[in-house]
Amino acid sequence: MINEQYLKIYFYRRLVQAKLFIDAHYADNIDLGNIADEAYFSKFHFIRQFKSIYRKTPHQYLIFVRIEKAMELLKTGVPVSEVCYAVGFESLSSFSALFKRIVGITPSTYLTQHQKIKVQIVKSPLNFIPACFAEKYGWLEK
Amino acid sequence: MTHVNIYVLNQESALDFYTNKFGLKIITDVPMSKDTRWLTVGTPEQPGFEINLTPITEELFSKETAEALRELVKKGTFGVGIFTCNDIFATYEELKAKGVEFTKPPKKEFYGTEALFKDDSGNWFSLAQLN
Repeated sequence: MINEQYLKIYFYRRLVQAKLFIDAHYADNIDLGNIADEAYFSKFHFIRQFKSIYRKTPHQYLIFVRIEKAMELLKTGVPVSEVCYAVGFESLSSFSALFKRIVGITPSTYLTQHQKIKVQIVKSPLNFIPACFAEKYGWLEK
Repeated sequence: MTHVNIYVLNQESALDFYTNKFGLKIITDVPMSKDTRWLTVGTPEQPGFEINLTPITEELFSKETAEALRELVKKGTFGVGIFTCNDIFATYEELKAKGVEFTKPPKKEFYGTEALFKDDSGNWFSLAQLN
């Protein structure tokens, strides 16, 4: 029983380490086969187990993390071409196409939209805060 | 529900906890003064639900109330809510690896499997995988 519990914890730790490796190295040229080796899994077994927990294959998860990071950078105003390479893509056109497929709009539209929101936040901050909270803070009187 | 307050001791440190350790995303970040921001976090899996990281300040409470509330939060008085996840053991191992403090490891209950953790202020939560 204890042995079974230990094996379960060991199994989870290896998969979590693999996920955290992707989280930390998403911008690098990651070889998912190496991650499987480091996690002491065969490649096929690793992909199956990873998907059973995270509902994405390791490759799908890597793309997901890269696009999420791209969205974060674009929100801060970083230009599209810089974002593309910063999150690990090697071609601007494939980055833009993938981004549009997943997010629904191109990276440049996403960047423009968030730049507009930033301007609106500075101009009319109370439009982004529920009035009941703003009132409690005393922000409505200012 | 669309908004909920979590009273925190330090907004900047809470932001680091809820985003970098716990994995939530910033939804709204509106600077209101040099020291105050309207800051909400949430998860893409539950759009429309925002957690307002509310610093316990004298802008919102009297000096006495703020001091008392800070003490109560620090002592771990408040159980704020339940976060659910798809795989409790994977989430538990990941959050532990990121430095989240658990006060109870995953344990089977009649409704699922549950662990307890604290945020950086002292608020406690359940992390559960429901049946």
